[in-house]
Amino acid sequence: MPDAVADAAPVPTIVGGVHSARPHDSAHKHVSGEAVYVDDIAEPAGMLHVALGLSAKAHARVLALDLTRVRAAPGVVAVVTAADVPGVNDIGCLGKGDEPLFASDRVEHVGQPLFAVAATSRDQARRAAKLADVTYAELPPVLTIAAARDGARDLVTAPMTLAVGDSAAALATAPHRIDGRLAIGGQEHFYLESQIAMAVPGEDDEVLIHVSTQHPTEVQHIVAHILRVPNGAVTVEVRRMGGGFGGKETQANLFAACAALIAKKTGRAAKLRPDRDDDFQITGKRHDFEIDYRVGFTGEGRITGVEMLFAARAGYAADLSGPVTDRALFHADNGYHYPAARLDSLPLKTNTVSNTAFRGFGGPQGMVAAERVIDEIAFALGEDPLTIRKRNLYGTTDRNLTPYHQTITDNILPELIADLEADCGYWERRAAIRAHNAGSRIMKKGLALTPVKFGISFTATHYNQAGALVHVYTDGSVQVNHGGTEMGQGLYTKVAQIVAEEFQIDITHIRPTATTTGKVPNTSATAASSGTDLNGKAAQNAARAIRDRLTAFIAERWGVDPASVRFAAGRVTAGDRSMSFPDLVRAAYMARVQLSATGFYKTPKIHWDRAAGRGTPFYYFAYGAACSEVTVDTLTGEYVVDRVDILHDCGHSLNPAIDKGQVEGGFVQGMGWLTMEELWWDAQGRLRTHAPSTYKIPACGDRPRSFNVRLLANAPNREDSIHRSKAVGEPPFMLGMSVLHALSDAVASVADHRFCPQLDAPATPERVLTTIARLRARAAAAP
Amino acid sequence: MRETIRFYLGDELREIRDVDPTLTLLDWLRGEERRTGTKEGCAEGDCGACTVVVGRLDPAGALCYEAVNACIRFLATLDGCRVLTVEHLKGPDGALHPVQRAMVECHGSQCGFCTPGFVMSLFALYLNEAQPDDARINDALAGNLCRCTGYAPIVQAAHRMYELGEPAGDRLADRAATAARLAALADGACLSVGSAGRRFLAPATADQLADLYAANPDATLVAGATDVGLWVTKFQRVLATVLYTGRVGELRRVIDRGDALEIGAGATYRDAAGPIAALYPDFGELIRRIGAEQVRNVGTIGGNIANGSPIGDSPPALIALGAALRLRQGTVWRTIPLEDFFIAYGQQDRQPGEFVDAVLLPKPKPGERFRVYKIAKRFDQDISAVCGAFRLRVGDDGRVEDVRIAFGGMAGIPKRARHAEAALIGQPWTEVSVRAAMAALAGDFTPLSDWRASAAYRSAVAANLLMKLYVETTDPDADTRLVGDRRLAHA
Repeated sequence: MPDAVADAAPVPTIVGGVHSARPHDSAHKHVSGEAVYVDDIAEPAGMLHVALGLSAKAHARVLALDLTRVRAAPGVVAVVTAADVPGVNDIGCLGKGDEPLFASDRVEHVGQPLFAVAATSRDQARRAAKLADVTYAELPPVLTIAAARDGARDLVTAPMTLAVGDSAAALATAPHRIDGRLAIGGQEHFYLESQIAMAVPGEDDEVLIHVSTQHPTEVQHIVAHILRVPNGAVTVEVRRMGGGFGGKETQANLFAACAALIAKKTGRAAKLRPDRDDDFQITGKRHDFEIDYRVGFTGEGRITGVEMLFAARAGYAADLSGPVTDRALFHADNGYHYPAARLDSLPLKTNTVSNTAFRGFGGPQGMVAAERVIDEIAFALGEDPLTIRKRNLYGTTDRNLTPYHQTITDNILPELIADLEADCGYWERRAAIRAHNAGSRIMKKGLALTPVKFGISFTATHYNQAGALVHVYTDGSVQVNHGGTEMGQGLYTKVAQIVAEEFQIDITHIRPTATTTGKVPNTSATAASSGTDLNGKAAQNAARAIRDRLTAFIAERWGVDPASVRFAAGRVTAGDRSMSFPDLVRAAYMARVQLSATGFYKTPKIHWDRAAGRGTPFYYFAYGAACSEVTVDTLTGEYVVDRVDILHDCGHSLNPAIDKGQVEGGFVQGMGWLTMEELWWDAQGRLRTHAPSTYKIPACGDRPRSFNVRLLANAPNREDSIHRSKAVGEPPFMLGMSVLHALSDAVASVADHRFCPQLDAPATPERVLTTIARLRARAAAAP
Repeated sequence: MRETIRFYLGDELREIRDVDPTLTLLDWLRGEERRTGTKEGCAEGDCGACTVVVGRLDPAGALCYEAVNACIRFLATLDGCRVLTVEHLKGPDGALHPVQRAMVECHGSQCGFCTPGFVMSLFALYLNEAQPDDARINDALAGNLCRCTGYAPIVQAAHRMYELGEPAGDRLADRAATAARLAALADGACLSVGSAGRRFLAPATADQLADLYAANPDATLVAGATDVGLWVTKFQRVLATVLYTGRVGELRRVIDRGDALEIGAGATYRDAAGPIAALYPDFGELIRRIGAEQVRNVGTIGGNIANGSPIGDSPPALIALGAALRLRQGTVWRTIPLEDFFIAYGQQDRQPGEFVDAVLLPKPKPGERFRVYKIAKRFDQDISAVCGAFRLRVGDDGRVEDVRIAFGGMAGIPKRARHAEAALIGQPWTEVSVRAAMAALAGDFTPLSDWRASAAYRSAVAANLLMKLYVETTDPDADTRLVGDRRLAHA
């Protein structure tokens, strides 16, 4: 790999400052099994194990819920239903009242919790939960997007429209016009650590909850209103998650609330860890979409107008379907300029689990639609898709107004694509692949280069704030706490680097501590790729407050100008005076200088008016591009990814090792979504791919055989982000689109690239073979 | 009868009475030993987060260390073994093992939850093999899922670990001492443990097994428990009596009988893979893709047959090759063609108290070619949508002298494609004949649609596999394989 940190960082004088490739702060504990996850915490004496009783029907009235046999089962201590909820029976993140902790008179998806049972062992609780006698009166379920569209078109939340220019006129007058529909499947998060919560009852109305969540504050609020206690009575703590990916942004609410309810009812600690199959059934997934598109374009393939309708399967409740479908619209342009566009969302209610956040948060689906439109144009004109992509990129000084009326000022895609295109030998390989395919009977290769432009900031503007708490102890050691949660992305490591940089001490002196609502309140979800941007700045501000006090103190002590005081390499220096950091801290303590500070940060510049469809929802954009080469077996539809080249923009990377890990991991996860990962419900609304035996995420051998990942050099964020870095959690996920398009390219070869394959996702071997057959039939029928 | 199970947890001998017959190793480690480094990711042997390394003596008395899934391994099956968990790897001074150091240096962990499992799979590789290539590393790690890293840094760590030197004194591998300890546990006694009226019976000889099964015909026969384990963890079935075959050394035999290979019902995929591959390289490639390393280390071909699944992978290959099944009931043996064993979905030709003793795999005859193709959403650690196996002999006159075709995933049982066979026998081995046979397949099968594949895809791909066979046997220049040893295509 070329040098990822060539962009002129000064030689570090401390270990583990910013821009250094530090290992994850918990790596040594991960590999030794010593990293503690919720299920590993020593269990309080008498702790109860909780299991959920689930609906067997997709849509039904509950005529009777007889729990006699559940209560009588061995080991059972408590059973709770909706009637036992002292507060508001709603765990929905937006408080719409559409997501009960326990369903009572009506169930709306298979797997919806009806009750919980607590027993002295997990095995007993699970067995007891199966003993309920439920009498249902079945109602017709609406299971698919098609059924929802054809039926009442009930929505779980208000749709959104983005419009720029006069799209109707643009389409009417365009030299060329194509209409089509694209289907994109959902995705199960498959965090390796399933959902889990353990509640420990405290004095009065207090309760402490250990839970695997990306959003401790929301869990706190949900638990408080379920229990009808003040927020301040509930403390939520998260040291780390075994993966989140958006699946623990809101979905932990149910488990935490249930454990808390049992704990307060029984006075005993209670833990709820669902079996993996139950986790699959109970928790929401990435939304599947059907997208209708209409595009008008010139003979050169320049888009003149676009209209798209994004119909999403939201599931039975709103959850985050509003902001998710909004973000699909925000990213329906990917990196392309639409002079006129109208984009509509349709968050459809269905009798399936309520879909939720997942890395990219609707953005990926919007971007896949954009890339399909590009593909359509390329095939219609007989051009290489990359040529059409480049012709439609946003400009840097003009052609840079988005459908949401934000002007893009930091576009680097043209140069970034040119760099990757040359570096990976796109055109030489394009020719070689065409030659290969001409001579290969069964195996066909495909190649595609697709870009990514991803907007950074929560579109809910108030979420773009963060707090931190830094303590310096008298031996010079430091604790840092902030509102962000660690799910493997290296947030704690990056924040520790930032604090080390401020104090100019080795990172080994910085101890990140578990996220808790008791230390930093009113936090935002660790989501939208924002964890480091927000919490890193907040921690920096806290550390700076302390450093400023230390500076003032030592300047006065030494009788020097504060401006002459420097922190460097573990020491404080002014002129010829110098002192170690621990000595400084001790002296400051003796002089009664406060060595603890909070920090706060809010993202500047952003605002969003949803009703008007106008504003500046994003502080900046992260960019990237990937080129993928695949080989497809045209007899079976199977394929392998031969080679992937990625160039990704992390700004001035805070930690190139961690960022590269995010890029590689995000790519493979995105590739999985668009290829082998398939959610399959039966006609009764039962999810039949409910465990890794049936739901296949990429395995080791599925990774690209040649995988070249480069972080863009000399590209500091043009905005004043934390040390000019860029967010990296979600953007690389969409690089996986290059695999879908490489497969599409290979498939197209069976009909001599005359027809757009319109390969839907996930492109399972079956879907690939079906598409091949369709193209062959079309070619045979065509003159 | 011995009524205590004995095994080593690291260097500590554990002797346990009154053990629940289906208590899993994972639940015991986490619940009773409070060794929480080993994680539960799926409780069905598919994600590898629970991977531990088990040392055992093979029937010849040699020590072998194998990665296994603790989540579906019954504790009582560890009698006579040594269990190593992730907590054993650090040195007494707290120094990380080279496997662990390599993972840290290569940034092989992100969320860290799958990491102990990866570390243990890598540790097994480290103990058993020197300098594996990427393909071998893929196989060693195919049973471990990671959702964060995309695997590249873990594969780098698999190379790097060999560069970091052995831990002081080869502490964990100490083979001679471990073999001696385990040999001291191998008393040849029949084992009977249990609690609350339920029993775990583990005979040490085939005769003991036959007697016990005759006396307890309702017992659940368990070999690798790679399927029965899920009955317990997923369906919470209560098994009153478990009859475990894994201690019966004779059942693990893989013997050359001259005209056939005799594979004992207790032989694991790992035991049998080499001898089978030597006869039928493509069958070896199929076995490489059954389950993953942790499953192949304990799962048996006998179990794959006796289980009766329509989507087991070895039966189609064995049926196409004309394998026979030897069954034993008490002191009575009988041998039947394997294809006759499968009567209907969920129904096999096996009497109460009767068990699979061995499968007899005929050796290839001159001029015979064998191919088997497994179609799934994922190449590794997946269950077939369709598995097609073909044995073909084309005469000097270019006509098909003999062909046997068997499919899994196309019916309620693994089944011959007799219409397709009939369409080919005596015909010239040409594309025209093959297309006729592809059409004839429609008369052989009416497959189901499910989450693995639609009926239409199953039918289409099954037919196309015939074409693949044709191309592989007639066009040595055609590229037909995406994975595995591509030389097998035209072998």
